[in-house]
Amino acid sequence: MLLIPCPYCGERPETEFAYGGEAHLTRPDPAAASDAEWAALLFLRENPKGWTRERWRHGAGCGRWFNLTRNTATNTVGESYAMGAAPPAFPEAPST
Amino acid sequence: MKNRRLPEGGRIDRARPISFQYAGRAYQGYAGDTIASALLANGVDVIGRSFKRHRPRGLLSLGIEEPNAVLNIGRGRDALPNRIASEVPLAPGVAAWPTRGWPSPTFDIASILGAWPAPLAAGFYYKTFMGPGVPRALLGGRDGWNRIWEPVLRRMAGQGTAPTGLDPDAYDHMNIYVDVAVVGAGLAGLAAANAAASGGASVALVERDIAPGGRSLSAVRQPMIDGGPADIWAGGTFAALSDKPGCHALLRTTAFGLYDQGYLAAVELPEGGKTAGRIWHIRARKIVLATGAMERPMVFPGNDRPGVKLASAMEAAIARYAIRPGARAVIYANHQGIDGLAAAFAAAGIEVAAQVAPDEAVTGVQASRGRLISVDIAPVRDGAPDMTQRRRVSADMMATSGGWTPALQLHVMTGGRQRWDPALGCFVADGGGQDGVLIAGAAAGQFQASAAFADGAAKGAEAACVAPSAIPPVQDFDRGPDGQGIPIAPIAGGNARKRAFVDMQHDVTVADLELATREGFTAIEHAKRYTTAGMATDQGRTAQVATAAVVATSTGRDIGDVGVSGLRPPVTPVPFGALGGRRVGPLFDLVRKTPTHARQVALGAVFEDVGQWKRARYYPRASESMRDAVARECAAVRMSAGALDVSTLGKIDVQGPDAAEFMNRIYTNRMDTLKPGRCRYGLMLKDDGMVFDDGVVARITADRYHLTTTSGNAAAVMDWLEDWLQTEWPHLRVRLASVTEQWAGVAVAGPDARRIVASLASDADLSNEALPHLAWMEAQILGGRGRIFRVSFSGEMGFEINVPWRQGQALWDAVTAAGATPYGTEAMHVLRAEKGFIVVGHETDGTVTPHDLGMGWIVSSKKADFIGKRGLMRPALVAKGRKQLVGLEPEDASVVLDEGAQIIADPDAPSPAPMLGHVTSSYWSAALERGFAMALIKDGAERHGDRLWAWSLGKAHPVRVRDTNFYDVEGARMHG
Repeated sequence: MLLIPCPYCGERPETEFAYGGEAHLTRPDPAAASDAEWAALLFLRENPKGWTRERWRHGAGCGRWFNLTRNTATNTVGESYAMGAAPPAFPEAPST
Repeated sequence: MKNRRLPEGGRIDRARPISFQYAGRAYQGYAGDTIASALLANGVDVIGRSFKRHRPRGLLSLGIEEPNAVLNIGRGRDALPNRIASEVPLAPGVAAWPTRGWPSPTFDIASILGAWPAPLAAGFYYKTFMGPGVPRALLGGRDGWNRIWEPVLRRMAGQGTAPTGLDPDAYDHMNIYVDVAVVGAGLAGLAAANAAASGGASVALVERDIAPGGRSLSAVRQPMIDGGPADIWAGGTFAALSDKPGCHALLRTTAFGLYDQGYLAAVELPEGGKTAGRIWHIRARKIVLATGAMERPMVFPGNDRPGVKLASAMEAAIARYAIRPGARAVIYANHQGIDGLAAAFAAAGIEVAAQVAPDEAVTGVQASRGRLISVDIAPVRDGAPDMTQRRRVSADMMATSGGWTPALQLHVMTGGRQRWDPALGCFVADGGGQDGVLIAGAAAGQFQASAAFADGAAKGAEAACVAPSAIPPVQDFDRGPDGQGIPIAPIAGGNARKRAFVDMQHDVTVADLELATREGFTAIEHAKRYTTAGMATDQGRTAQVATAAVVATSTGRDIGDVGVSGLRPPVTPVPFGALGGRRVGPLFDLVRKTPTHARQVALGAVFEDVGQWKRARYYPRASESMRDAVARECAAVRMSAGALDVSTLGKIDVQGPDAAEFMNRIYTNRMDTLKPGRCRYGLMLKDDGMVFDDGVVARITADRYHLTTTSGNAAAVMDWLEDWLQTEWPHLRVRLASVTEQWAGVAVAGPDARRIVASLASDADLSNEALPHLAWMEAQILGGRGRIFRVSFSGEMGFEINVPWRQGQALWDAVTAAGATPYGTEAMHVLRAEKGFIVVGHETDGTVTPHDLGMGWIVSSKKADFIGKRGLMRPALVAKGRKQLVGLEPEDASVVLDEGAQIIADPDAPSPAPMLGHVTSSYWSAALERGFAMALIKDGAERHGDRLWAWSLGKAHPVRVRDTNFYDVEGARMHG
């Protein structure tokens, strides 16, 4: 079980959180988006081996959504940051 | 049976004799014994039969590595299978049972079947039951495996007996957070814990044994620490640590898993191995693995015979348990580290019949009735035993040591690598594990007490981030496994290799592994899976190095290149009851009850689970069947009035200046045009265009809405709305609050509904003019504040009354006293289906669009965007051939179709028939006097009038396709 640093509450066990998938997806203008662009939004994810940025919600706590860096190869938890904040650099280059 | 207890010595308490049972017979041991040592002292040498070949087996060890003596503790509901005899401290009244052996381990019928060893070679199951080699007919035909062979083989080869009922014991879970966790209270672990605690760190020290000290507890001559015996220092250090605030020192506690970020899981089982065990969840900043090392047996023909034991087990028998295991011993080791054993044997009155020299090998052992008689020893010439020079030595015990292997299970489980260290003659940790995990002592290849102690102290200080302090002088009495190497004896060819056991718990021999490599399974993970070497509950503790060695030799590779296989938690079997803790039975999951629950119980309701809610499904009276009860409840709603508890509906209060804009984006239809005082049915989609949830939206004021969700989906909808609000539209000034458990709700439906509602809201004007269908009002209900929503899910005139949660039962009482008949969710389903109203999760499954449901009318074309709008335009969602919702009438009106029945065009079509769709809802309708259904069918909108077939469980019924509105087609009843 991971220990996840909620930016608002501090470190809490993973069971208090809900995973929300890849972060920083951009929802294109629905009026202008092509079928391919919309399909990419719905279905295509990076799923890298190594560092990634993902969304979490502190559902059993403050209820806030935030972003988190995590290494999918080692399950190392990096930094959390508020929605809308600039993403921090990864500790090392993602090994894809 | 004979008593092998030495007259004095040992760490047993002779003042506290303990009676116990094994295989139905009574025995006696002492406090300080384990079941294993007590059996050995009582002369019980055969403890069960081997897994596949049913060979008699005894104790190989007296520690956690034991592969043979795996027992069932207790019987019936109390049975605890898979307990290692040497890990269960003796307690009064313990009853242990062998895992295998019928009628008894010493006389086992299956072992007489001399044919077993041959067919049970590596790959037996694949070759016999899946390969082309054996004609199917001989094996009992197509289902012969399931019908005949698996039950027989399971009975003969099972791994213990499951409890017969619910575990009656209560188990606890403890959660602790420390700076440093140390696994193992041997000298290295104690030194580490002591150094960390002295440096100011909070420390958790877990030890599986009943006392601290590790190997020194079993040593004939202990190391000396600070001028005194190691066990005295160990006991004092352990006690001091357990007294220290913030520190925990736990005995009989086995760390069984190490997980991400320093999360260590350990199981504490009391003496006797049963009742009120605990799981410790330990979160530590740093972890020191001082898990020690395990001795590995030599592999030679007959090495599995009872009486052949690890050298460390012999030493422990004498020094710790005061047992004289035999009278004449053969000593066989591949290193020089057991020099002290001969002296120990002499002191215990054991004659050393032979010590196998480095240029000799054991080529076989003779046994009778599970007792060792003699050992064959031959000189080794050109890497093979010279059988012409073989000599036979009579002996009743044999001590073997193939060297020591660091216990690195927890390291390996976190992805840690190992490499072969030729100088140490074992695999050692080679990085790759979890950050913050340090390995100390024998686990790090420091086999001598002084080196292990110093290593532990250094690692403990490092873990606590303090400078190492001075350590007391440590004096060794043991040179360690000096010169150890691969633990495989030179073995002659032929049948000898079939009797040289590598994995004793799974009965895997040298011959099995060689066969596997000949057949191409040369990678260690492949050889493991093909032969099952290392796959038993002991995870191959005594087998791993030997397995790698045989694979290396037979493929001409270096053992370091072959490597050892990976491991997964748990390190030792953990009772399911312990993992479950208190969260079993009624505490397994949260149960949510509505405020009327006591009334529903009193009415004799049959409940169904909707999410975590208990909802009344129907109310059978006297001998009424479910169908009769539901029909009566439906009739009450259609003829007079019914009352349904709808408190479980999810309710969300939406407030803010941008509430209207938010609601417009969430629902497919317009919510900005909804006037305060009015309600509107709404559908939510996911961004892929698929239906997600539905409910009624009421506008409270210009900047405030009240929305309802389906009962089971309330939390998911709340999360979903928060997601959009917080992440995609943070600029919208809107706040959400779940008010599900603030408002209790009762739906009153039927021609008499208005009269009943008026009786409890006397000031309210409920006329069609003041409160038409899809309007709502604030009202005084039973003298308090409430809301009345004019909505209908039954097709009848309907009112949903909301009152504060604590008033829910009073509301229910008032409504039923005024004449409303209680109806449950089943009647609700029938009534809504008669009107063609969908239920999310019945008519939808995440692949259904509003258009598929015939609800295109609810999808606004005027709004710039709403969630799902763009998704609905995807080519596959507008193509022909999609499944669409239709009504079905079975031609035989008495038939009620199975929900989930497949719709096909031709019941005589060859299998597999093309499937057009499936039945989503199906009920008996008292109002229509027939069975009826809804179904999703390919191009269903164009099939009205078609005759199709609904197939389920071997039966096909002809059905007529129609629209979904079965009752009161014009909807006059609803509008009153």
